[in-house]
Amino acid sequence: MTPLKERLVQLEVLRYNPDTDTEAHFQRYEVMCQEEWVVLDALNKIKADIDPTLNYRWSCHMAVCGSCGMMINGEPKLSCHAFLRSYEGVIRVEPLAHFPVERDLVTAPDDFMEKLKRVKPYVIPKEKKPISEGEYKQTPAQLMKFRQYSMCINCMLCYAACPQYGLTPHFIGPAALTLAHRYNLDSRDEGRKERQEVVATHEGVWECTFVGACSEVCPAHVDPASALQQMKITSSVDWIVEHLIPGGKS
Amino acid sequence: MAKSHKPVVWFPFAAGGTVIAFCIPVIVLLTFLAALGHVPAGLSYEKLHAFAASGIGKLVLFGVIALSAWSSAHRLRCTCYDFGLRADTLVATVLYVAAIVGSIAAALFLLRI
Repeated sequence: MTPLKERLVQLEVLRYNPDTDTEAHFQRYEVMCQEEWVVLDALNKIKADIDPTLNYRWSCHMAVCGSCGMMINGEPKLSCHAFLRSYEGVIRVEPLAHFPVERDLVTAPDDFMEKLKRVKPYVIPKEKKPISEGEYKQTPAQLMKFRQYSMCINCMLCYAACPQYGLTPHFIGPAALTLAHRYNLDSRDEGRKERQEVVATHEGVWECTFVGACSEVCPAHVDPASALQQMKITSSVDWIVEHLIPGGKS
Repeated sequence: MAKSHKPVVWFPFAAGGTVIAFCIPVIVLLTFLAALGHVPAGLSYEKLHAFAASGIGKLVLFGVIALSAWSSAHRLRCTCYDFGLRADTLVATVLYVAAIVGSIAAALFLLRI
């Protein structure tokens, strides 16, 4: 078996310790990595061999859990999905943009979690059936209507990429609105009217200016930008029904 | 929080975006060909003038021009917003007034044909 190729990788990592630092600063590390590694592997090697004080979140190492999101050379990426071979020179690693930094590469996701709750991301049936009546059935065609939007792993890369969220923190944002859309499209769901109270406001879809960066960085190919544009159309139709059609106000 | 009235400006913007995507590249191409002296027989000056002089022609041309102007104004407003120019009311007023003035001008010119 031939040995794997090795490469000396330089990483510039943003460090911040709230107990001792007044502001964040970059720290440079040099670490021997294998050619096939991802940025997360390099961070793990640094933590194991060079600097055990380095903090960052990760769990699955296979782009499923969504916890290792960070800015790599200025772009929001899952560090387990960012191959070292894609980068030359010094790789700059920073915490996810637009979120408050807790320590080093660890950010506080509280704002996203609060917004996620507000859009009611769960099936709201018209009438709740007792378990004895069996499951809520769905055809494969009905499933395909929302499947793409259900693939979100809550990694928040789209929030770090969205210039609107950066400039207007009250914006509900791509992932939460896309999940609202996912449940609105679900044949078992009757909760669209409730969600519209959040979706159709200035803080909701109307803060989006269709930059599309969310869809470019999404590691799960959810395409939040398309979900938001579809919701703009349905919200506009709602507005016409409510304001221009006599008796349409619901 | 109250629901937004943004659909009032967004619907014509979306319609204009569709019109721009379908019509403007064709118009640019035809204008370019005309500038080089290649005008298809079906699109000769006389035929297009007759089209613009008819009621339905005026309506179509006004629709294309007004929706495109409105869409461009709204797109520019959003671009200003994206770049952090947050005087949104002022930007929106200037751009929408420009689109409205352009639409009125188009209507007046069309009515004179």
